[in-house]
Amino acid sequence: MMEAPLFLRGILVITGKNMRLYYTKPPVLMFGLLFPLFMFFAFFVGRNLDLETFFPGFLAMMLFFTASSVGPLITPWEKREKTYERLLSYPVTQDSIILGDVVAGAVFGIGISLLVWIASRFFVPVAVTNIGLFILAFILGTLACAALGALLASPASDSPPNVMIFSNLVRFPLIFISGIFVPLEQMQGLGLALAYCSPLTYMVDLFNAAMSGTSVFSPVTDCGVLIVASAGFIVISRVIQKRNMMKGM
Amino acid sequence: MDIIRADHLKKTFGPVTAVNDVNLSVREGEIFGFLGPNGAGKTTTIRLLTGVLTPDFGTVHINGIDIHRHPLDAKMQMGVIPENSTVYGDLSAEQNLQLSGKMYGMPKTLRDKRVDEVLSKMGLSEKKRLPVRTFSKGMKQRASIACAIIHRPKVLFLDEPTSGLDVQSRRLVIETIHEMNEQGSTIFLTTHNIEEANTLCRTVCIINKGMIVAQDSPERLKKMFDTTQSVEVSFDRPVSRDLFAAEGILRAEPCGDKWRLYTDNPDQVLKYLVGRAEREAITITSLTTSGPSLEEAFVRITECA
Repeated sequence: MMEAPLFLRGILVITGKNMRLYYTKPPVLMFGLLFPLFMFFAFFVGRNLDLETFFPGFLAMMLFFTASSVGPLITPWEKREKTYERLLSYPVTQDSIILGDVVAGAVFGIGISLLVWIASRFFVPVAVTNIGLFILAFILGTLACAALGALLASPASDSPPNVMIFSNLVRFPLIFISGIFVPLEQMQGLGLALAYCSPLTYMVDLFNAAMSGTSVFSPVTDCGVLIVASAGFIVISRVIQKRNMMKGM
Repeated sequence: MDIIRADHLKKTFGPVTAVNDVNLSVREGEIFGFLGPNGAGKTTTIRLLTGVLTPDFGTVHINGIDIHRHPLDAKMQMGVIPENSTVYGDLSAEQNLQLSGKMYGMPKTLRDKRVDEVLSKMGLSEKKRLPVRTFSKGMKQRASIACAIIHRPKVLFLDEPTSGLDVQSRRLVIETIHEMNEQGSTIFLTTHNIEEANTLCRTVCIINKGMIVAQDSPERLKKMFDTTQSVEVSFDRPVSRDLFAAEGILRAEPCGDKWRLYTDNPDQVLKYLVGRAEREAITITSLTTSGPSLEEAFVRITECA
């Protein structure tokens, strides 16, 4: 317990370092910022879709891509630049490094998605019907996505491009099975079964509950799944990163 | 008091045992040299001692704190310069030092003061605002050392700190090691440079195939394996090997424009050389004696193991 303040300080300093160093890296800007915007334009512009219905899903997608884009980059980048071992030799643990990566991803996700939401209020007539759920959706959603980002960095070698390819291989299919483009009510069979396994589904559902007042699951279920998913991703990430620590060092 | 203590350390990677039952103790205020051939287990040992790796078996105490039970408290006591590891290239030297200071929880006013002080000591003040990626290898290493000493650590671990550096940077690193030691830091140094270990370290430990094979002062290690000394002599004109066929000279080897003569009795050889040169009317242009070398002891120890 004596080490708790040192542990928390380590997370904060690592978060600050990550924000300073990685937010402007091209892979983060490309896959975290530009990609969800292009996806939005590709699916919605020029088509006669009800934006009010789809906007919560778009916001969830934005949050998903931004929050999960920072984590996969950090460890491989640090291993390639040969700074990872130095980082480990500071008064930090591997847990504080993982949590620092998660918090940096979460802050990036919340920051960008909030900006998008504020800007969109001028163009899309979408109201928030439950501000409490909206804040919960933002916080728990971004935490789950950032934790997924940290998990995607776990098989870390010293090659950021390889890890980014792997992370996109996981992230892209998720957006098609999580109720963003096809509402959950219209899914059947395997698609629906996969949707139940995706944490993104529950984030989209929570945003729907907060913005349009309609949802498939209860908000308690959505929040519970997002909390369990976040914890699960962090624990698995910890186990795999420990096993792969020497890779690229 | 032992400031670094390792008991029965063992680490395996798959079928390879990198470190096997290593026991070490380093006294406070000492400069401790850790030598070994490539792949002997030096870097793995230093990673175990600094808490970067967890041992399969054994314990490490830094200043009395078990590093694997209380890693953060133990790491606060130390500064580490890992082999092949560098500081953040996208940050300036100043930003790297600030980051390092924050990691060690230094308050801002103290941090600002120490950053200026350490940058100046390492000769980086003029370029403190440039990104480190624009630095030469020597400057990067100096920035790396600066980050490790900003909080005046009780123990400083250096893994091959002078490897690949130019003469000026190497001298600066050595000076810094001496200075840190004089200010009370214990130094744990791994190096390939035997001469460096010989001149810097009070105690030298040799590891081979993951096991400690010798630990003593450089002088004792040298004497343990070799009592033979040598005399190097050069003349104003070439001489034949026959000149050295005398009692007391065990072997004679040409060495550039000199001859190296191996002997158990340098006094006898010196007297012989002076007398012979006088009789042959040749001039001795240089004459030096040297004792057994740590390098020879290192080679013998690692060959034996």
